[in-house]
Amino acid sequence: MIENFFGILKEMNVLIVDYGMGNIGSVRRVIEERGATPIITQYPEDIKKANKIILPGVGAFPDGMFSLNKTGWVDVLRKAILEDGKSIFGICLGMQLLATVSYEGHKTSGLDLIGGVVEPLKANAPDVRIPHVGWNEIEFHRNDPLIEGVAQGTDCYFVHSYHFIPKEDEYIVATTPYCGQFVSIVRKESVYGAQFHPEKSSKAGLRIIENYLKI
Amino acid sequence: MLSARVIPCLDVKDGRVVKGINFVDLIDAGDPVEQAKLYDAEGADELTFLDITASSDNRDTLLDVVSGTAEHCFMPLTVGGGVRKEADIIALLRAGADKVSINTEAVRRPEFVKEAAEKFGSQCIVVAIDAKRNGSGKLEVFTHGGRESTGLDAIRWAEQMVEYGAGELLVTSMDRDGTRKGFDIELISRISNRVSVPVIASGGVGSLEHFAQGVLDGGATGVLAASVFHFGEFSIAEVKKDMASRGVKVRS
Repeated sequence: MIENFFGILKEMNVLIVDYGMGNIGSVRRVIEERGATPIITQYPEDIKKANKIILPGVGAFPDGMFSLNKTGWVDVLRKAILEDGKSIFGICLGMQLLATVSYEGHKTSGLDLIGGVVEPLKANAPDVRIPHVGWNEIEFHRNDPLIEGVAQGTDCYFVHSYHFIPKEDEYIVATTPYCGQFVSIVRKESVYGAQFHPEKSSKAGLRIIENYLKI
Repeated sequence: MLSARVIPCLDVKDGRVVKGINFVDLIDAGDPVEQAKLYDAEGADELTFLDITASSDNRDTLLDVVSGTAEHCFMPLTVGGGVRKEADIIALLRAGADKVSINTEAVRRPEFVKEAAEKFGSQCIVVAIDAKRNGSGKLEVFTHGGRESTGLDAIRWAEQMVEYGAGELLVTSMDRDGTRKGFDIELISRISNRVSVPVIASGGVGSLEHFAQGVLDGGATGVLAASVFHFGEFSIAEVKKDMASRGVKVRS
């Protein structure tokens, strides 16, 4: 069964958008490790090479959008998802970039693939530290193929100061109990986002990426 | 609840792991990528590499270590030592680092921290503070592995670095480093009480209970050690078990 599965994935290309924001290598390695073929690219025309797209990212939202705009990715990604039926998985900043608008630094429009806003985490007790750095639970609100085989309450690795507030509750797959609670996995149709770094979250993270490749 | 992080540190020189007593008399013992894989398997929450030579000629050896580790370990990596310009940060992030730690250059040019935080986001900018008591007993910032005094008050410096955008502070006691007497709790707690970002306690671990003390008494959100892990004195699992028994939440 596993062999068949990897056999199928071997034929699968996964596009990793390289827009100059962060740690592409780890995402590439996980894709390889799970048996699919990563295509790291700066060029939007490569979108035709894959049906699955990973939008990684470390850094500030305005810089991320500036870079995606400058390199011509914004329209290409929106068309690929909204018209051509491709799928995208945003990780950390990549998840936040899926939103309508962010208030990091100043108001900046996002890709608007999932309705919602990005706002700063706010400490709800004196000893709560921001950025939120480290391993924290993800608590599922509903079933989703993305989290198949991952135990409720598994610790995943986070490093962020902002969080995504979806417009509709139905987009929420998981939340994490920090600063009260924030959304740690979103999904709207073929658009997925994780606030934590699955590529840094040990076995559970690998499983989530594997699940994404299988969807 | 957020888990306290147990962070093994690998001091790397010319691509090899070393660990000194009070930052001198270095002992070579191992291949960093092999060590990193071992720590990953043992359940380390994060890894820190500190390049302690940081001569620009050998920069690429560090990048090889980072990328070699990222190839095998699906866990967070922080890399410091010789981070002086934006291009250094880009190179480390591209090699597979998640966070970079800035020490000497922050002292030399504090605006670098501000620029880096704006460009890369606070969450990937760690400022490393090496502190020790000076002649008059004040906690002072030192650089160059503890050799050069700066005249900066360690607590005020910590606050300034957070104002400038540091997303985390790695606080090392140069008085305690290599002594096995435990963290300098006064140093760690004074800083963690004054800043809102995560503080990693470093320098001086010699017994299991020291780890929990860093969190419970020092207010640290992570505890870092090198030699006790490196020489196999404690495993990560033993440390976590001890911390949990003292009421600290750790990742199982």
